Order: sequence, then C-alpha cells, then structure tokens
Amino acid sequence: MPERNLLAEFKAGNIRGLARAISLVEQRDPSVRHLLEALANGARRPRVLGFTGAPGTGKSTLVDALVGNLRESKLRVAVLAVDPNSPYSGGAILGDRIRMQRHALDPGVYIRSMGARGHLGGLSVASREAVRLLGAFGFDEVILETVGVGQSELEVAAIADTTLVVLTPGLGDGVQMLKAGIMEIADVFVVNKADLPGAQKTMQEIRSMLNMGPKLSWRAPIVGASAIKGEGVVEVLAAVERHRAHLEATGEAAKRAEARLKDEAADLVAEWARAQARRLLDHDEAVAGRLRRDRIPYAAAEEILTRAGGRLVPEAART
Amino acid sequence: MSELAAAGAQVEEPARPVRIVLAKVGLDGHDRGVKVVARALRDAGFEIIYTGLRQTPQMVVEAALQEDAQVIGLSLHSGAHMTLFPAVVEELRRRRAEDIVVFGGGIVPEDDIVELKKQGVAEIFTPGAPLQSIIDWLRNRFPAR
Repeated sequence: MPERNLLAEFKAGNIRGLARAISLVEQRDPSVRHLLEALANGARRPRVLGFTGAPGTGKSTLVDALVGNLRESKLRVAVLAVDPNSPYSGGAILGDRIRMQRHALDPGVYIRSMGARGHLGGLSVASREAVRLLGAFGFDEVILETVGVGQSELEVAAIADTTLVVLTPGLGDGVQMLKAGIMEIADVFVVNKADLPGAQKTMQEIRSMLNMGPKLSWRAPIVGASAIKGEGVVEVLAAVERHRAHLEATGEAAKRAEARLKDEAADLVAEWARAQARRLLDHDEAVAGRLRRDRIPYAAAEEILTRAGGRLVPEAART
Repeated sequence: MSELAAAGAQVEEPARPVRIVLAKVGLDGHDRGVKVVARALRDAGFEIIYTGLRQTPQMVVEAALQEDAQVIGLSLHSGAHMTLFPAVVEELRRRRAEDIVVFGGGIVPEDDIVELKKQGVAEIFTPGAPLQSIIDWLRNRFPAR
C-alpha cells in the first residue's frame, strides 16, 4: 500500500490502515515520520497503562477483564501485547489474543501482538510511535502488556502513565520479582489469583518491601484480584484512577510527558546514527580501514560522526 | 547522490518477518497439530499469532486485519472444511483483503482439495505432510526481501 493511500485509509478509520502503519513502525521504516507528522495535528495522547509480570501470572486475562470494564464506560481501548522473539530464529508465537477473544469483534477494541525482536531500545521507540498512532486513530486508552523477563518492562514503565506489576501467590515470585528492581517501576501492584493460598502472604511481603524503601509521594497500592472470576477488576481500575489523579495534582504528569519526549528524541538520534554508522563501517573503506589499523574504535567513531553530520537523517525521513 | 546520502537511505534493521495468523475454526478441539505447526514455523523465523480454539471466520479475518498478517493458516479436523475454509476466503473478500493468503491443514480428501483451491484456498496440507513442506511452501510464497 503506497504511503499516500495509507494516510487516507488511516484517516478514514480503516483498521487495516492502522495495522499497516504499526507494521511500518515495527520495521523501523524511516518514512513513517511523514505519516506521524501528518497525523500529529489535533491528535491527543491516549492514556497508557503498562502491565508487566512473570509468565503465567495472568496478565492477559487481567487485561481482558479490564478491557471489558473500560468498554462499559464506552472508552475505545487498544492492547499492544509484546512477546519475546526467539533469539535464534527471530520467530515468535504471539498468543495473548487467546485470552481476549470475547473482544475480537468489538470495533471499539484493537488488539495487536508485537514481537520484541531484540531491538536495541527498539521496543520503546516502536511502542511510543505505536501509541501515537493509536491516539491519532481515536483510542482513549492503550494497554501495553509485556512479559517481565528482561529489560522490556523498564521500557514499558518509561512509556506508560501508570505501570501495573502483576504477581501471584505461591510461586515465591513475590520476593523474586522484587529483587529484580520491579519495586521502582510499579505504580500499582496486583496480586492476581488472590483466591489461591498464600495470597495474603504475598501481599504482606510486598508491603514490607515497600516499608523498607524510601518515603515517596506516591505509595503503590497493593490490590488483590482474581481476573478469571472478574474479581478485583474494579478495584484495580480505581487504583489506576487514583494514580492518575495523583500525577495530575502533583504536576508529575506534565513532567513525565516532557521527559518522554526527550527520551523519544534521543532514541531517534541514536537509531539514525547507529544505522548510518553501520553502513559506513560495512561499506566505507576509509572508516573500515581505520578501524582495522587502530584496533580500537574511538577514532573511527569520531570520523563517522564528523563525516555524517546532517546526513544522519535517513533519506526516507527527510523533508 | 553522495555516498553518504545513499547510506542514509536505509535503516539497518532487518525486514519484518512474515506474520501468520494460525486459527482453529469451528467446533473442533484438536489443537495438537496446529501447536506443532506453530512451533515449527516459529523456529523457521515466522511470527505466529495464535488465536486459539473455536474461531468464527469473522474472528479470524478480523485478527488478521488487526495484526497486519500476510497469511492465515486454518486447522480443522471436524470435517467442516468445505464450509469454513471458503467462508474465511469470502469474509476476506468482503473486507477487501483478498491479498491475505489462506492455507489450511487437516483431514481433507483429495477431491475437496481441488474444490477448495478453486474457491481461493492457496494450499492444503494433509496428515503426514512434513513440517518442512509447509515451511518451504511459505518461504517460496514469501521470499526474503
């Protein structure tokens, strides 16, 4: 689909236009700049909820229940479900849709599975741009779901207005997750499968970990839920609303928005520069030769930056 | 165009893998086969979006559109392939998405395969088909860019 048609399809509200645009973002196609700029006018940023947690904690089921709740309030909801790709084949099995099938034919719900693809910081760049596209398409809420098994949850936390960390009782993962630096990114803790034995203990563990930490203006609430039974879902949303009100009241919302924009600009520069550097290293004999002679990269890196100058911008992104 | 400008034309990230929606349509709980296929295709570098059991043609097509998939793979062992496979093709036509390739797998008699292909199903794999034959067919259909 040529780019102009894509813009027209997108503006006409054709779901395929949106889906293609997100693919371009995922492929890191530089021409997506023109689409994003054409759509920027009047587009509002949707509210972004980030969900993370170990595999099997019930994130997708919880998201499914939340979507149902948000739809009752007539809000248009998009779900970006990020799953890992195989580091060997690059392939992936993206299965988060399975738990969300009751929303499959609701035109107010869009579900998109994304492979994390092992990008260097690419997940955050791509999902930030995807959030922009979803806002321009008219979605009120974007739910970003990712498996907390690496760094991807930190990227999610940087994009989301509110980050929810999902834990379950009985697996010892309460303490395990807390060790992994999850304490800092959680705005809300959800202890899912709270009908299982040990739920109270898990909640108590989180509470005591919070007590050990510094006193912050926002103390992450701990909400028990049983997503599969639909229990605790209203309480989760209420906690999110309280967090949002807190962000607004303290001016933190505006501060975070600015920080996000700065991150976005810095990441783009890094992405463009990296692409250019690779091309020069692989195709420019002067740079490659220098590196071969020096056997230490600093002079070659400096030469790349000096020579590239304004041409770091990929041609397809130039105006 | 200078060498540098030419160099700037392209970002290094590799082309996107082919995205395939795999689905079980109709009333059929036999999902062992489709899971084996999903795993093999994943290991061959495809991105598989698995929708799970008991999908209607509308749900499958909607998922393919939302996910920007180039391919739909249908698995069916209930005998209803002559109804459900063409229904998916028809729904794609209705949504003006005929460019999405549909293939199927299951217990499908030879005569039915001929008829299904006439109706727009690109390929059918029957029990005993080597996984590699599915991978080869897809790679042939979607050569790496």
